Amino acid sequence: MSPEVALPILIPLTAGALSMAFWRSRMMQRLIGVAGTAALLATSLWLFASVQEQGHVIMNAGGWAAPFGITLVADHLSAIMVLLTGIIGFAVAVYSLPTIGRGHETFGYYPLLHLLLAGVAGAFLTGDIFNLYVWFEVMLLASFALLILGGERAQMEGAIKYVTLNLLSSVIFLSAIGLLYGLVGTLNMADIARRVALVEDNTLIDIVAVMFMISFGIKAAAFPLFFWLPAAYHTPPVAVSALFAGLLTKVGVYALFRVFTLIFNQSVDFTHEILLWGAALTMLTGVLGAAAQFEFRRILSFHIVSQIGYMLMGLALFTPLALVGGVFYILHHIIVKTNLFLISGIVYRLKGTHDLKKLGGVYKAWPLLGVLFLIPALSLAGVPPLSGFFAKFVLIRASIEAGEITITVIALLVGLLTLYSMTKIWAEVFWKKAPDEDSAAKRVAPVSQRHLWLMILPIVGLAACTVFIGLNGQLLYDVAEASAAQLLDPQGYIDAVLGEQP
Amino acid sequence: MKTGTLILTVAAQMLVPLQILFSLFLLLRGHDEPGGGFIAGLVVAGAFALHQFVNGPEATRRLLRVDPRDCIGIGLLLGVGSAFPAWWQGEAFLTAQWWDVLGFKLSTPLIFDIGVYLVVLGSVLTAVITLTEVDKDEA
Repeated sequence: MSPEVALPILIPLTAGALSMAFWRSRMMQRLIGVAGTAALLATSLWLFASVQEQGHVIMNAGGWAAPFGITLVADHLSAIMVLLTGIIGFAVAVYSLPTIGRGHETFGYYPLLHLLLAGVAGAFLTGDIFNLYVWFEVMLLASFALLILGGERAQMEGAIKYVTLNLLSSVIFLSAIGLLYGLVGTLNMADIARRVALVEDNTLIDIVAVMFMISFGIKAAAFPLFFWLPAAYHTPPVAVSALFAGLLTKVGVYALFRVFTLIFNQSVDFTHEILLWGAALTMLTGVLGAAAQFEFRRILSFHIVSQIGYMLMGLALFTPLALVGGVFYILHHIIVKTNLFLISGIVYRLKGTHDLKKLGGVYKAWPLLGVLFLIPALSLAGVPPLSGFFAKFVLIRASIEAGEITITVIALLVGLLTLYSMTKIWAEVFWKKAPDEDSAAKRVAPVSQRHLWLMILPIVGLAACTVFIGLNGQLLYDVAEASAAQLLDPQGYIDAVLGEQP
Repeated sequence: MKTGTLILTVAAQMLVPLQILFSLFLLLRGHDEPGGGFIAGLVVAGAFALHQFVNGPEATRRLLRVDPRDCIGIGLLLGVGSAFPAWWQGEAFLTAQWWDVLGFKLSTPLIFDIGVYLVVLGSVLTAVITLTEVDKDEA
């Protein structure tokens, strides 16, 4: 019995139920929001520590033995992802205090936030493919409600694209689960992995694999079905888009990592080749899309797409080093991307617009903010010694070693274009003279000092994480290496869940 | 908003208590036999909805005594809370715990069912009452 595997799911659920019970009191909801996410962060650290110690931490929910009941499994990758969920959840909850309006709070912002975190943590921890689908739906439900909270026209427009494509993805996912169940007669992922190897007709397995790839690809915003993301992510309040940017697409990436190392590893030449081309095109379209944008959050949204390409590239190359790079990239990206969105929120609060053309002079007025922007921005572009440099370095080295020259060139080019985008934001928002000082300044309500500090605090914390990852690259590399080693050894996962078998 | 239909008024007076009793029967029967929290919650929500169509939303709020949204919160807490007692026994979360209290068998699945019952009741009534009140405001 290891309670730490289930607690990252149960704590947000309890916190969500509590804040529903206290729906009358904004104060209590805010308190529960911060306390609940802090508790989530604490248990995720606990889980992380015990995974370091034991390798796999497992709990059979309800006492039903695997493969019949629902098994919760935490390996290194899950533990890292849950830890990041805890960090991002806490940062966003603190950031929400001054930024989320009264209207959003009374319409259930905090319960939905907790529900979303429970969905994300559940997806990372479950060892059952149908349960994974359920957590995806929990997440989709909460994210849809968060997306339209406020009910502006642009939000509805983005939400329709978001929901339509995500439902399509769910349908494909569900059909794929049905087909897979028909083939192997089990839903437990470890048991599936064991039995897929025994199926004689590999063509059927490949078809199911491609269905999973399409479904998770949509969730991860990979090429070609990525356009729901830039259409939706810039519309809700900044705290919500930061949470989405950090966590939601990464659940899709995690699912791809899990399924395409554990279950579908029998025809790597076929499946991972498709993934590789998908990754390359995702990187390119994302970064080119960003180059054409002049809205702060839209640029960042397109960059999520291009960065997803890097992570998929790590999975697609399927060498130990490439997987290390992929995991490292996820780790670095979640923190950096959330942070950039949070900063765009502060700029919006100070200047009243997201439009780059109308912004300017932020560095002159708030030099600290400029520095705080530069840390994640340069890290995203991969400038040493920040976290992004190591992530890119490992990936590119892995692709050279694998002899895939095309993807190496594309990855390097995309890195350069990312730098271009970040410089564009820097030049337009922070560096250039503010275009029309008085017209912009008039519309903005003054921000109280206390609110500003509550907004800056999470940003400083996340920037510190980025610098920490950069300066302690070796430490994080070891963690990523351990999880890559586990991913490449599905037998270890199977034995851990089902027990040693003859 | 009273409908004023005699037949509906009289029928509701008899049906509402019956439906509430029937929902309790369904709720308690549900562990091994057809029934359970969800269906029982729908039946009791139907009873209150009927009461509301006859007597108007204010009367139903008075009859219910608590705000339907409180039902959702408390129900969710009971539902999630039923996962925890197993921890105290050192078993995996959600493992069913049974207690014998004065000859009655109480268990965590029952707590979970009561939670679901309250959530269904609360969410259906929140929707129905809100819709009626909005309708009345516009009329």
